[in-house]
Amino acid sequence: MGTLYEDIIDYGGEVFGKEHLETLRECVQCGKCTGGCPSGRNTAFRTRKLMQMALVDMREEIFNAPELWFCSTCYTCYERCPKGVKVTDIIRTIRNLAAKEGHMSVPHRMIGVYVLKTGHAVPIGPAQMELREAVGLESQPPTAQHPQNKEQLEQVQTIFKTTGYDAMIDFDWDTMNLKGMDKGGKK
Amino acid sequence: MTEHPTEYAYFLGCITPNRYPGIEAATKKIFKEFGIETKEMVGASCCPAPGVFGSFDMHTWLPVAARNLAIAEEMDLEIYVTCNGCYGSLQEADHLLKGNPKLKEQTNKILGEFGREFKGTTKVNHSIVVLHDFIGLDKLKERITKPMNDVNVAVHYGCHFLKPREVRGHGSSETPYILEDLVKVTGAKDVDYKDKLMCCGAGGGNRTADSVQSLEWMRQKLVSAMEVGCDCMVHPCAFCHLQLDRGQAEMEKAFGVFFNFPILFATQFLGLAMGLSEKEVGLDAQTTKMPEKLLK
Repeated sequence: MGTLYEDIIDYGGEVFGKEHLETLRECVQCGKCTGGCPSGRNTAFRTRKLMQMALVDMREEIFNAPELWFCSTCYTCYERCPKGVKVTDIIRTIRNLAAKEGHMSVPHRMIGVYVLKTGHAVPIGPAQMELREAVGLESQPPTAQHPQNKEQLEQVQTIFKTTGYDAMIDFDWDTMNLKGMDKGGKK
Repeated sequence: MTEHPTEYAYFLGCITPNRYPGIEAATKKIFKEFGIETKEMVGASCCPAPGVFGSFDMHTWLPVAARNLAIAEEMDLEIYVTCNGCYGSLQEADHLLKGNPKLKEQTNKILGEFGREFKGTTKVNHSIVVLHDFIGLDKLKERITKPMNDVNVAVHYGCHFLKPREVRGHGSSETPYILEDLVKVTGAKDVDYKDKLMCCGAGGGNRTADSVQSLEWMRQKLVSAMEVGCDCMVHPCAFCHLQLDRGQAEMEKAFGVFFNFPILFATQFLGLAMGLSEKEVGLDAQTTKMPEKLLK
C-alpha cells in the first residue's frame, strides 16, 4: 500500500490508463467542481475538498465519510474542470479502494447479491410479469434470470468468483445472501 | 448518406424489462414501424450499472459488461439500449477495451473460462440516436397522427447519455439538441427550465445510499420544470424513469406531497403522438398519470 495518490494511479490506471488519473495532480482548487455539483447543493459532499484530501493522503478520513457515496457520477465536474482533471473517474477509483478495504454499506452490498442470484440488480417478480403481459410482451425476457438460461447466469457468477467480488461483499453461496445477515450483516 | 443497420440486438438491462416494460413495448413497436428489426440478447445480464459496480469494483464491472457485448458480437449485430446506465456501461467498456490491448487480454482470460470472447466488433447505440440520426426527423414527422400542439415539455437527459462527451460523442453536454428535436417533431413545445441539465439524483449508488436525500434533488428538478408551466417530462433513461416516476410516490411518503408530474420515456411520448394508446406503451400502469391533453 502506497499513498492514496499512488494507489489511485496504480489501481485505476489498470482500467483507465495512468495518465487519466494523474490529472489529479493538476487540481488548482478553483472549486468549479463543487459549484456545479448537484450533490454539493444538497449534502456535505464537497468535490474540491475530496480532491485535496486525496492529494494530501487523508485516506481514513475519506474512506470513513458517508459523503464519499453521495456523488451520483453525473460527470458535470468532469466536463467542466478547467484543468482537465478526470474527477468522476478519480472518485470511482477512490470508492473502489474504499470498498476493497471493507467500507461498503449493506444496501450497496445487497445490489451484488441480486446480481449473483438473478443476473440483475433489479430482478423481475410475478407482479412485473403481469405488467409485461399487459403490453403484449413475453412474461419473462430471455435474460440471465430466465429459468431456461441457468448456464448464462452461471457465467455471471463465474466472473464474480474469479474477481473475488463475492468475497468482497461477504457473499454466502449456501444461503445466497450476505454472511451474517442475521447479525445485521456488518463485517 | 451513411447506411445504418436495419436490425439490432436490443440490450434490455434490468429496469426496462423488469419494472417499466411499457418502454420496451413502445420502442419495439416504433422501430418496427420504421422497418427496424429487434433481436433479443439471450442470457444478457445487468449491464452492470456504471456508477454502482464501477464504483465498487471496476475489475468486476468490466468483464460483466464485456460478456454482454460479446453476446451481441456473436449475433453479428450492433446494440441499442433504452437506459443511460446500460449506455454508460456498455459504451464505456467497449471504448476502454478497444483502446487497451492488455485490458482486453485480461478480460478475455475471464470470459474464456466459459468460452466467450470480446472481439470489438459491435457498436453501442442509444435508441434515441437511432430515432434521431438513423430514422431521421423527416420520416418521424410523417408518422405523427396525434400532434402534441399545446403540450409544454421539460426535456431531461439524464447524465450518461451526454457525459463524458469524449466517450459519448454527442457534442457539448451543455447545449444538447437530440431530445429537443424529438419533442418538437411531435408539435410539442420544448421549454427551457432552471435545472434542465441536473441529474435525477439516483445514480452512483446515491439512491441506495440515502434515498430521501436523492429524492430531494429530484424534487428541486421537478419544481423547476413545473414553475415554468411544463406539462410533462420526456427523457431517454429507464433508471431516471424509476427515480422520476416511482420516486414521486416515495416523495409523497418522505415529504407529504404528491406532484403527479407526468414522466414519459422518449418512445412512449413519440408513441402517443404516433397514435399508440396509453395502455400499449404502459403509461396507464405507472405512478404518474397522463393528463387528457397528452392522450387526446
